[in-house]
Amino acid sequence: MQAESKGVLAGAHYMDGDHACCEGAIAAGCRFVAGYPITPSTEVVERISERFPKVGDAVFIQLEDEIASSIAIQGAVWGGKKAMTVTSGPGFSLMMEHIGLAAITEVPCVFVDVQRGGPSTGLPTLPGQGDMMQARWGSHGDYEIIALSPNSPQESFNLTFDAFNLAEKYRVPVMVMMDECVGHMVERVVIPPADKLEVTERKWTKKTPADYKPFEVTDGTMVPDMCKAGDGYRIHITGLTHDEKGYPAMNWIAQEQLVHRLVDKIRKQADDIVRFEETDIEDEKGNTIADVAVLSYGITSRVAMRGMGMARAQGTKVGMHRLIVTWPFPENRIRELSKKVKAIVVAEMNYGQMFYEVERIAAGRCPVILCGHGGGMVHDPKTICDAIMEAAR
Amino acid sequence: MNDFFESKPVTAQNPVDPYLRTDRMPSIWCPGCGIGTTVNCFTRALTDCDLNLDKVAIVSGIGCTGRVAGYMNLDSFHTTHGRALPFATGLKLANPELKVVVYSGDGDLSAIGGNHLIHAARRNIDITVVCVNNLTYGMTGGQVTPTTPEPAVASTAPYGAFEHPFNLPYLADSCGASYVARWTTFHVRQIAKSMREALTKRGFSFIEIISPCPTLYARRNRLGDGLDAMKYYKEKSVIKMDADTRELPIDFQGQIVCGKFVDRERESWIEAYNRRHKTALGDRFTPYPVGAQAE
Repeated sequence: MQAESKGVLAGAHYMDGDHACCEGAIAAGCRFVAGYPITPSTEVVERISERFPKVGDAVFIQLEDEIASSIAIQGAVWGGKKAMTVTSGPGFSLMMEHIGLAAITEVPCVFVDVQRGGPSTGLPTLPGQGDMMQARWGSHGDYEIIALSPNSPQESFNLTFDAFNLAEKYRVPVMVMMDECVGHMVERVVIPPADKLEVTERKWTKKTPADYKPFEVTDGTMVPDMCKAGDGYRIHITGLTHDEKGYPAMNWIAQEQLVHRLVDKIRKQADDIVRFEETDIEDEKGNTIADVAVLSYGITSRVAMRGMGMARAQGTKVGMHRLIVTWPFPENRIRELSKKVKAIVVAEMNYGQMFYEVERIAAGRCPVILCGHGGGMVHDPKTICDAIMEAAR
Repeated sequence: MNDFFESKPVTAQNPVDPYLRTDRMPSIWCPGCGIGTTVNCFTRALTDCDLNLDKVAIVSGIGCTGRVAGYMNLDSFHTTHGRALPFATGLKLANPELKVVVYSGDGDLSAIGGNHLIHAARRNIDITVVCVNNLTYGMTGGQVTPTTPEPAVASTAPYGAFEHPFNLPYLADSCGASYVARWTTFHVRQIAKSMREALTKRGFSFIEIISPCPTLYARRNRLGDGLDAMKYYKEKSVIKMDADTRELPIDFQGQIVCGKFVDRERESWIEAYNRRHKTALGDRFTPYPVGAQAE
């Protein structure tokens, strides 16, 4: 389906990552946003509050907290809208229970986390990448989500747009894990015309109310069809473990059927979801040319490019594996890579989060070296260069 | 088998059946519990309002009353603890055609969800709230709530409650609700009437229903069974229409002032949203649909 032209600000702009995120959401068809002010994400909702009344048929509401925001968007989805909330670390922490609700009730919605230094209030105005594991594991119980990490304002537009499409396709909460640097960095952002933007429509059921079960899977996607409130389906939706009808089912068999599917619908389709970008890892024939691979994402991937240049100047063969989709993790590719390179350096603005995932998957086939940083400032590229040099030895 | 059963097979449908998910019966509620009584009143109100039930959605939080959504044959949402109101806010704003009812308990709405309650009332979001107040957390075993009066005993107040309890009508009133009423489960006709008024009221309407919990609150406090609760409500309730909401606290087994206390006209959230943006943006603004809202 084509994007609705009314919301698409086609053309070339100079804007920051937060504003680009807002435009990506609107272009994707987001028409309900609930949020609570929090640095460094506030610019997203500020722009939404200014844009929505002019886009029409769209509502922004500033709610009393992030808890309210993270569930209001789910009410809005059942009301038929595409919906998003936007926050940073402390607010993201408050939203965790409702990420679980969105997972178990399979609500397509988008959570944007413009990461700052943590824990707790931490560094409100300064960058961090310390919420990566929280995005994956933050709510209690077993579930899977999708997370993306843009490294530029352009990508903030693109990936926020994609987040909505992924949410609809898989009926999962999707997280856009930005960071303060990308959020506040102003760069050229090109927004394509609406007819060049492919929007994924909700997986509306074609069944009649008598035949429809909100959690019944009728095709190979493991994703049930959806309906909205007010259309006569008289659905029941609960955060309790439920059967296909949506009715509470307090037993291990229902738990096994539901939770296993929630996990499998992402894990078994992970190859279709994972997305990364590699630079100087392989030549055009597919031969591995890098001795050292740097794995990074978000703003740190751009700093790492400089560190790699410094290492290259000293004769090291180094390439970059940049995560675009961070969850699900590109397990197969990292496994392959761990067989072909001498070492992997993980550069991220925390003291080891995605690092552990890489280490787990490399499983001793090559050394995995963390080049961590507590946040508040991007890495000094030299520290990344040093880590590469150490890895190459 | 005698003639009575032979000649009259039990096929007649209970008049409330169309409103219920009968495939989920029996309910989890204990004998003597008042929640089912309130549900019966709710079905009466829905009939009286002659609403298109496909356009009525019910949202509950967690707890005994939180299970109401699951038994209603409507679009129904059993959300997280305390968060029925923000969920309902999103649902209503996304689809203003819907009549949205939040049906939950005192712990859910006034303790963990207290912040959402005051803000929903302040915003005058077009939602009807039915708050079944049994003075305790039933589902988790009878703990003290923000409405438990001193010196009632609760599982987490074994020596008696001592905190100042909420006067919920006063809270809703002071935050700006358009409609506020309180009844007990003894007042079934009045509950149905209030629900009918609330369902057709523009803005935020709040009905508190004092309801017995024989299994936990009453047993622990040696107050007898469901029938004893009815006797208490009958004897100690006083109907004072338009009473000053500041004067409605509930003491332990004391007087319960019932009635409709607030019924005022205030623009709903969507109306205010449209007014402000129309003023600021003129023709650049397309008003948002106000939807199923009483005139």
